[in-house]
Amino acid sequence: MDLTKPFPTPTQETEPFWEGLRSEQVLLQRCNDCGKWIFYPRSNCPSCLSTNLRWQQVSGEGTLYTFTVARQATAPHFMDEVPQLIAMIDLNEGVRLTSTLVSDKADDLKIGAKVIPVFDHVNDDVTLLRYRLA
Amino acid sequence: MKLEGKAAIVGYHEYPHIRKFTGKRKFTLGQWADLTRFSLDDAGLEASDINGLVCTEIRETVSFTPATIVEYLGQPVNFAERVDLGGASPVGMVWRAAAAIELGLADVVVCALPGQPIPSNPNPGPIDPRRYFQSSSVNWGSPQAEFEIPYGNLAQNCGYAMIAQRYAAEFDYDPTAMAKLVVDQRRSGAANPNAVFYEKPVTIDDVLASKLVADPLRMLEIVMPVAGGAAVIVASEDVAKRCKHRPVWIKGFGEHLTMKTPTFAEDLCRSPVGPASAKAFEMAGVTRGDIDACEIYDCYTITVLLTLEDAGFCEKGEGMEFIRSHDLSCFGDFPVNSHGGQLGMGQGGGAGGMTQVIEGARQIMGRADQRQLPRCDHVYVSGTGGIMSEQAALILKGD
Repeated sequence: MDLTKPFPTPTQETEPFWEGLRSEQVLLQRCNDCGKWIFYPRSNCPSCLSTNLRWQQVSGEGTLYTFTVARQATAPHFMDEVPQLIAMIDLNEGVRLTSTLVSDKADDLKIGAKVIPVFDHVNDDVTLLRYRLA
Repeated sequence: MKLEGKAAIVGYHEYPHIRKFTGKRKFTLGQWADLTRFSLDDAGLEASDINGLVCTEIRETVSFTPATIVEYLGQPVNFAERVDLGGASPVGMVWRAAAAIELGLADVVVCALPGQPIPSNPNPGPIDPRRYFQSSSVNWGSPQAEFEIPYGNLAQNCGYAMIAQRYAAEFDYDPTAMAKLVVDQRRSGAANPNAVFYEKPVTIDDVLASKLVADPLRMLEIVMPVAGGAAVIVASEDVAKRCKHRPVWIKGFGEHLTMKTPTFAEDLCRSPVGPASAKAFEMAGVTRGDIDACEIYDCYTITVLLTLEDAGFCEKGEGMEFIRSHDLSCFGDFPVNSHGGQLGMGQGGGAGGMTQVIEGARQIMGRADQRQLPRCDHVYVSGTGGIMSEQAALILKGD
């Protein structure tokens, strides 16, 4: 059975985000019409449905909104990552994303803690945006 | 625009919930036909009375589902719908049936959800590894494929666990109260012959000693997958009056969807069942105090806690105290999931949520045997799909 890790396959809408991560930059979309920040990248603003969007570099820093310690792999592809520290991160711009926390000690993790990006170059094509405590 | 409350559940059938199914396997279509037959018998109706159906997905086709079922049953209909709301589908099916009846499209609508294994395919083909991603879509262009699955945020456990962790950071979180919720429900389940945990109650210590799956959720706070399946018949007032049982009128409903992945919920501690329930109560013209039993979708303990709060049975942040201060079993002062819930019955796949609808009907009809509540005229039912992504509520009433 093929249990290759399920890596992202960028689309025309999302390619700049993944390209940014490869060069260790976090790029977010922002709506030129209503000013709202957008995550995940898409063709239309989820506040006003405008297609008039731009890319802007941000720090990628944020706070830990919530997390769990998955003690059973969420899929067989992640057996080697157990216990998985799966988290939701609130970026300073007000958008939220899913990530994993790079930490040896789950006990140190507190919701509301400041977190900073870790650029994980998993292969030549893909960099994942993980996080650690600031 | 509201329901008049002139459509009723008039009959139902529920397969016993079994961990390892050893009976004769039937295709989903065959189970649909059986469930329809038994629930029509229960109501005192015949196959030719059917003129509407509401279904979910079936295993034998990916599309044209209602027409496939209509053909198999041999019963033409004037109203057919396939509902795609995950665990909220049963509640969504029932209100759609009621709405169609009140609009005059049909007067006998069957809503069925098969949940038993189908025969083994002699030509199964290779296992598709995507099956491990369960309800998370790995299709190209799917936001989950790109921004969730690569981080391992998929399936249900970790999503519900993250909701519970957030709740714990904002409010009182008491693992012993969550264990008590399981104990109360399992006490009801122990009195339910259709439940996988019939005659198998648990203690608070059992729950707290069960394996930690995703912090803070433990094994006994999570539904066990079982073979199941269920159907209800919804009928017009005229038909209901000639059926066998006390009609269970569908007086109000609400539905609310916000997202697919909980990462994109505005506030994880305030779930879509809030607006759905507010609408249902308003439509029915009843208050929380009128409710004799709550049949709350319970894939996890945290789902029940948030539903008690968001549906307005207690204030936000007071759910743990509410659970500590009430006996929630069918023998108690505030019955929640008087059939044991899915935590007590097991979860028969997508049919799981229909156990909540059927228990509400069963209690109002007065057919719950040793679990029968002394008085049951108003029941609140909720359904939850995805990771509190899509939720629906019903108010059921007996005259």
